[in-house]
Amino acid sequence: MQVLRPQSWHEALAARSELPGATPVAGGTDVMVAMKLRHFRPEVLLDLSRVSGSERYRIGPDSVHCGPRVCHTTVAERLHRQLPGLALAAGSVGSRQVRNRGTIGGNLGTASPAGDLHPMLLAAGADVELSSVRGSRWVPADGFYRDGGGTVLGADELITAVRVPLAAGPQRFQKIGRRQGLVKSLCSFALTLDRGQRRIRAAVGAYGAAPVRLLAAEQLIEESRVLYGAGTLPAALVAEFGRLAATATTPVEEGAEAGYRRRALAVLAARNLTQAWAMFLAEGHDGHHRDGQRQDP
Amino acid sequence: MTAQGIGTSPARTDGPAKVSGTFVYSSDLSAEDMVWAATLRSPHPSALIRSIDTTAALKFPGVLDVITHADIPGRKLFGQMKVDQPVLAEDRVRHHGEAVAVVAAVDLETARAAAGLVHVDYDVRPPVTDAATALDAASDPVHPDGNLVAHTRIRRGAAQSGELPAADVVVRGSYSLGMQDQAFLGTESGLAVPTGDGGVELHIATQWLHVDQEQVALCLGLPPDKVVLKHAGVGGAFGAREDLSLHVHACLLALRLNRPVKMVYTRTESFFGHVHRHPAELHYEHGATSDGRLLYVRADIVLDGGAYASSSPAIAGNAATHAVGPYAVPHVQVDARAVYTNNPPCGAMRGFGTVQPCFAYESQMDRLAAALGMHPVEFRQRNALREGASLPTGQVLDSPAPVAELLERLRGLPLPAADPAQPAHVARGVGYAACLKNIGFSEGFDDYSTARVRLEVVDGALLATVSSAAAEVGQGVVGIQRQIVATELGVHRIEVRQEDSRFGTAGPSSASRQTYVTGGAVREACRRVRADVLALLHESGAELPSPSWQLHEGAVVDDAGRPVARLAALLGGRVIERTAEFHHRKTFPLDPETGQGNSSMQFGFAAHRAVVEVDRELGLVKVIDLAIAQDVGRAINPEAVAGQLRGGTVQGVGLALLEEIELDGGRVLNPSFAGYLLPTMADVPPVRVEILERADPHAPYGLRGIGELPSISATPAVAAAVRAATGIDLDRVPIRPDHLLAGLPDPAQQ
Amino acid sequence: MDITVTVNGKTHDRLDDEDGPGESLLFLLRERLGLIGPKNACEQGECGSCAVWLDGVLVNSCLVLSAQADGCSVRTVEGLASDTAGPLETSGASRVPGTSGALHPVQQAFLDTGAVQCGFCTPGMVVTATDLLERLPRPSDAEVRREMAGNLCRCTGYQQIVEAVLLAAERMAGPASPEVGRP
Repeated sequence: MQVLRPQSWHEALAARSELPGATPVAGGTDVMVAMKLRHFRPEVLLDLSRVSGSERYRIGPDSVHCGPRVCHTTVAERLHRQLPGLALAAGSVGSRQVRNRGTIGGNLGTASPAGDLHPMLLAAGADVELSSVRGSRWVPADGFYRDGGGTVLGADELITAVRVPLAAGPQRFQKIGRRQGLVKSLCSFALTLDRGQRRIRAAVGAYGAAPVRLLAAEQLIEESRVLYGAGTLPAALVAEFGRLAATATTPVEEGAEAGYRRRALAVLAARNLTQAWAMFLAEGHDGHHRDGQRQDP
Repeated sequence: MTAQGIGTSPARTDGPAKVSGTFVYSSDLSAEDMVWAATLRSPHPSALIRSIDTTAALKFPGVLDVITHADIPGRKLFGQMKVDQPVLAEDRVRHHGEAVAVVAAVDLETARAAAGLVHVDYDVRPPVTDAATALDAASDPVHPDGNLVAHTRIRRGAAQSGELPAADVVVRGSYSLGMQDQAFLGTESGLAVPTGDGGVELHIATQWLHVDQEQVALCLGLPPDKVVLKHAGVGGAFGAREDLSLHVHACLLALRLNRPVKMVYTRTESFFGHVHRHPAELHYEHGATSDGRLLYVRADIVLDGGAYASSSPAIAGNAATHAVGPYAVPHVQVDARAVYTNNPPCGAMRGFGTVQPCFAYESQMDRLAAALGMHPVEFRQRNALREGASLPTGQVLDSPAPVAELLERLRGLPLPAADPAQPAHVARGVGYAACLKNIGFSEGFDDYSTARVRLEVVDGALLATVSSAAAEVGQGVVGIQRQIVATELGVHRIEVRQEDSRFGTAGPSSASRQTYVTGGAVREACRRVRADVLALLHESGAELPSPSWQLHEGAVVDDAGRPVARLAALLGGRVIERTAEFHHRKTFPLDPETGQGNSSMQFGFAAHRAVVEVDRELGLVKVIDLAIAQDVGRAINPEAVAGQLRGGTVQGVGLALLEEIELDGGRVLNPSFAGYLLPTMADVPPVRVEILERADPHAPYGLRGIGELPSISATPAVAAAVRAATGIDLDRVPIRPDHLLAGLPDPAQQ
Repeated sequence: MDITVTVNGKTHDRLDDEDGPGESLLFLLRERLGLIGPKNACEQGECGSCAVWLDGVLVNSCLVLSAQADGCSVRTVEGLASDTAGPLETSGASRVPGTSGALHPVQQAFLDTGAVQCGFCTPGMVVTATDLLERLPRPSDAEVRREMAGNLCRCTGYQQIVEAVLLAAERMAGPASPEVGRP
């Protein structure tokens, strides 16, 4: 096994182009596990941990531009005002030790079904920069994940940046698992409301083969035009939102497990819509409020 | 109270090394010229082996040796109770993960890679995976003599003549438990070193050196004196180190290569490398009078022993004798069977056959209380065992049995304040459970320990040295020995030596027995030393000392506590050394037809209260309060007692909510800590500990074994709390989220 | 490939990883440098037994590719005790076995609350607890449980470990008013 250690994106992309079979590794929290437990033996590892600047982020007027090696701890603790939803998702990852190593780019690159950031990246409308020696392209998160699993990342491409729009309203993320600590997701749900545009985006992760937007459920809310009002959400509308969310995609498992996930998704969707709406209505709420950090038990 | 003596909580002497990272566990050992070995395991739960080809593995660069069943020089099978388990599989594999070949190489990676090159030609057979039907005539036999490993019957009262009496209230229930793993953190590991004279020394993390040594010598075909086992640092045990794992493999390779051989299992391999807690199916029928008195219990228990017997015979015995719980019942009919299947082998785990019936009988007790309109605690107290009561075996309890008092203590504890901000979908429930457990080996086994105590003056100061082969598995038996010497000999400078297999046996660190039995041996050795000191005092010209005089703070003191002589001066250059064996009270086998007999030397009693919050829409449970009350007889080290009670309780919570080795057709689906979920720090609240000390007059210092009790009733207490919160009649642990949504409207389907 | 790594202040030059590139930092520490403090209990970041600091950041060393530690500074549980200044007699701390150093207050607190049983999780717990107290000097019981959930213990039921962290916090920070240390 060979380990390549490029110091710059230029070197990294050149190496990626020459050795498309090389496995990129950033924080190692997925790749190392695969090597230890699943007997994954790549011939070449492309260690991105030395690419200068790849661990930095820049807060712009409309979005946060993250290097792919921005770790979960950084997102959770330094970007919670700008990206409250993504901060919640990043803070829910594994343990402190894993959050210190695991990166936003790594989470996207391995696209593990249990990856915690995916639904929030979808709901937040993030874009991913994919680069190769041929050049760079920006792909919206919506177009990044392939339906049956995996991503559109080309064999000669690397994820070189992630751009996440600043929150424009309440954001909710909730992940459930059997444990309270080191939670392995049974289902995760993300929702954003855009105060100015009166738009909703919702997505689910750790559910089907790929994380997906819940378009029918979003459409229900947008067509109901409740987001233009200031009253209580009708209970029937919330319930229907949950039901539509749960029918948008199919869990990977079958039997009792699948039935459970479907129900859980409906519950998470309805609950988080209600809570986001309460945040939306809250006086003086600007979408950056720390209430966005609250999690239900 | 003597400083550092019994009843105090001195800091662990291995503590400084453990907190600084310098304590040497079996996985930390190394030796000059050492090589590594790795194991090839069966991917199939059941298959015939047509052939094993080691050619490619042997040719792999860096490989030094490969062993298979054909290379075992001595007995090819092992087993503590029934010799039925191959050291390496011969003509068939009977469970997923069974060891087939072992490769030694210059480093671990090479050994592992080469193990994958051993080619085994399997003829895959359909596995027997359902314990309930394994005894049917149509079932394939896992072993030639059929699938019944053991069957223990209890017939008490009217059950001896056939008919159980009619009862006012009858409650029937069927219960089941998944397969729990001990999940110690330090995986199986050891270092075998050839001694140059044809013998071998094995440094191993184990619960009982001597029984391992006996089996290893037999399998190696060596005289016992050529095989020495030495304790290496143990990273937790909980029953999983009672059977052999890598012992023979490492020793055999060391002998063949004449080089030290080290083996360390990965976490995944560890799930295959030791036995687990038996999954069980239990069918119960309780009859009670309308005023809430238990009249009869009928129980039918099937334990899935998996592919090999391990401790199944004793576990079936325990399941039967503990089937009724800590309650007085005049008429009892119990059948407990352990069966062979092609599931992973099951054996000893903390609680040893009493955890499974406890979940069932305590579930029944709650249902009976509900049927009678009584509070669950009150109903239990009305039927609780007391001193003088008879067990289903006919054994009369001849020491305190404060079951009702334990429950009273728990009921009196404050409940956590209600959270007014709690959303409507969160429901709270409170559950209680109680248990009993036999201490020490039962049914006639002479379960003894050996200790040596030496007293001398070294560098001008008294020094006591206590030696035994007791396994320190984290429970603190090293410190217990020190405390007993401090109390008995009044000496401050004490060294504890952990002896190897050439010293007399201490018996195992299992069955909650080590403090009792090795503690008893140390006390006895100390008392013999004291008698020698008193004799010396007499020889030195003093008047005849009374045998009741004690040693205290470096002096011989009379009955009034007045110093009579300084010990150091009295000893001078003399060394007093005495060895003692301690045999606990005799126990007797059960009558094979009726299960009657005084089978156990002592019983311990504990009870739990659990408070949970359940998210009714998501089926997720959070334990918000836990309390345990236990009679420990005498707390030799109260802080260590609290640690045992809390640790055991959390293992019980794990079984209630999280922990299960998941199987599919005999195949293990989750052999990792990502798949097998242990409770984390965030999953449990602080555990309140209520310690009762009702001395057992038959035991050293009145102490009771404590280690297993806490893990027994925790599980049913949590299950009861979840039932109370949800109203769902749960009959299986671990409870899964989807179990808790039964009968509720499906929000995905409206 | 050659790896140079500074561990507990001591630089190890040109460690050859030809035999096992792709090996973890845990393997390098244990098998090449002979540091037995970091423990191997799961090798997949699910137990925290191998926790160390890599350039001051708490990590599970089993998930760090050894090549990624090249040029880095690593601090393990073995490097904790020397942190404590001051003579033994005044600190009241126990001695580190085989050395003249005194235990770190977190290590001492683990002894004082009975937080150690088999001890296999202890080095990782001590490191993680120290990291926590460096970030959050006066955590609550719930904060300790949330922040240290990545470290499994099978013996203790955790309570005496939590008590040790709270005791160490008190000793290191001095008694705090309720407002202090609560962000």
